[in-house]
Amino acid sequence: MPDLRELYQEVILDHSKRPRNFRKPEGPNRHADGYNPLCGDKVTVYLTISDGVVSDAAFQGSGCAISTASASMMTESLKGKTVEEAEAMFERFHGMLTSPDDAAPAPPELGKLAVFSGVKEFPMRVKCATLAWHTLRSALSGTGEAVTE
Amino acid sequence: MKAARKVAEEAVGGAFDVARIREDFPILKRLVHGKPLVYLDNAASTQKPLPVIEAMGHFYAAGYSNIHRGVYLLSDEATQAYEAARRKVQEFLGAGDSREIVFVRGTTEAINLVSHTWGRENVSAGDEILVSGMEHHSNIVPWQILCQEKGARLVVIPIDDRGELIFEEYERLLSPRTRMVAVSHVSNALGTVNPIRRIAELAHRHGVLVLVDGAQAVPHQAVDVRELGCDFYAFSGHKLYGPTGIGVLWGRAALLEAMPPYQGGGDMIRTVTFEKTTFTEIPHKFEAGTPDIGGAVVLGAAIDYVGGIGLAAIAAHERDLLERATSLVEAIPRVRIVGTAREKASVLSFVIEGIHPHDVGTVLDSHGIAIRAGHLCAQPVMERFGLAATARASFGLYNTRGEVDVLGDGIRSAIEVLG
Repeated sequence: MPDLRELYQEVILDHSKRPRNFRKPEGPNRHADGYNPLCGDKVTVYLTISDGVVSDAAFQGSGCAISTASASMMTESLKGKTVEEAEAMFERFHGMLTSPDDAAPAPPELGKLAVFSGVKEFPMRVKCATLAWHTLRSALSGTGEAVTE
Repeated sequence: MKAARKVAEEAVGGAFDVARIREDFPILKRLVHGKPLVYLDNAASTQKPLPVIEAMGHFYAAGYSNIHRGVYLLSDEATQAYEAARRKVQEFLGAGDSREIVFVRGTTEAINLVSHTWGRENVSAGDEILVSGMEHHSNIVPWQILCQEKGARLVVIPIDDRGELIFEEYERLLSPRTRMVAVSHVSNALGTVNPIRRIAELAHRHGVLVLVDGAQAVPHQAVDVRELGCDFYAFSGHKLYGPTGIGVLWGRAALLEAMPPYQGGGDMIRTVTFEKTTFTEIPHKFEAGTPDIGGAVVLGAAIDYVGGIGLAAIAAHERDLLERATSLVEAIPRVRIVGTAREKASVLSFVIEGIHPHDVGTVLDSHGIAIRAGHLCAQPVMERFGLAATARASFGLYNTRGEVDVLGDGIRSAIEVLG
């Protein structure tokens, strides 16, 4: 088994215990609910987008350390990004955890989100890390709901 | 408690030899992440002993064919083996008649069979189906679907903070509108053992039928359906050290005879014309198409295996494990046990303050310990206790005191890793 410390890194545990942007903001203009029916994890992502730029991102919900930390760090890194940049971040993050190339390094654009690259070694937990991101994509596209299994 | 443990210890030291039993289960020699497998997810499914594995190979290698139709020797042998398995189940459940044993895919299909056939004929608008607040989704959703179709109402018997059914509430909720009481014998999420006999007595005084989900009961205690006094009883082979894909519905013969068929097809008919079909007698009326012949035969082998050890000895052994695990786990700071009923079997659900059960599951997996983490297919139970999920260890006949101690160490390690 890969080292548990690769999965539960200090920064991930910190964000899971003290999630940032864990609130329902005033008047978001996009939001979506994410749900994993197999494990019961739930997340709602709220975005405020003005002139094509994410001016605020927040979330609420309940889940494991990986899904909570992933949502927390995602909202932190979204602020100030254009909608196109946010969509590109989804692709990079999703690709980092699901690419068949085991040796592929984390894309440098992801910055500190690269801390989640260790989740790839725990296939059962990849859905935990990507739930908030699928929900983000639903919020951006306006479908309002994301389900991962 | 002390006296009970002493009795259990004597039973363990006597006829029940767990080291020898473990020799029967090849998978228990496996390493998981370099550690010996500690399999504590027996409420989800159980591992298979050699006599069961070998019975599967033997049936397909030496005696297989379709049943109830061939005029040749093999078909006769396969039919005999299939019907012998039915009689084994009959004895195992203490049923009066082997015609009362219907082979199905599992507990879920057994409950769906009753809701589709008995329900179709006997439930109408304004009627009520009573379920308990501790049911598995498989004893909720089929009734919910039936109620929606018929305009009937699903009524829930509440449970208390220990996870016991509140009997006075049950008494109050039984009404002239009640058609069926559907309850689990043992709760998969809490381990609670329900007082089926009392439940059935009261229901029958009101002329109401009782269906029991026995999936979590039959591997852990001797069951006698006539003594329990219920009307339907369902269980799955795979939780009884047998194969997946085979399970049993027991129902009183008079009830089964009055029920319409479940699925139409071969083997369940007497005569077929394009104008009209007449159906054959029970239990075959409910077994359309070629059944899981091998599954039924091997379930018979699993029943023989469990019977050879003895359910009383198994129950005593597992009670010892559950008591040891309970005192070990509740002594760990920040850990809370969910489900503290006075009568429990096999199941220890728990939560750790500030740590999600999935993360506990991942850390335990790294120690080779397999537990369940999540809503346990019992979301209403989670809601009742204000939880999104729990971690659950569940014990089987091959688990040991040493494994219970490994679980305790694993939980302490999870708290250390996850903070």
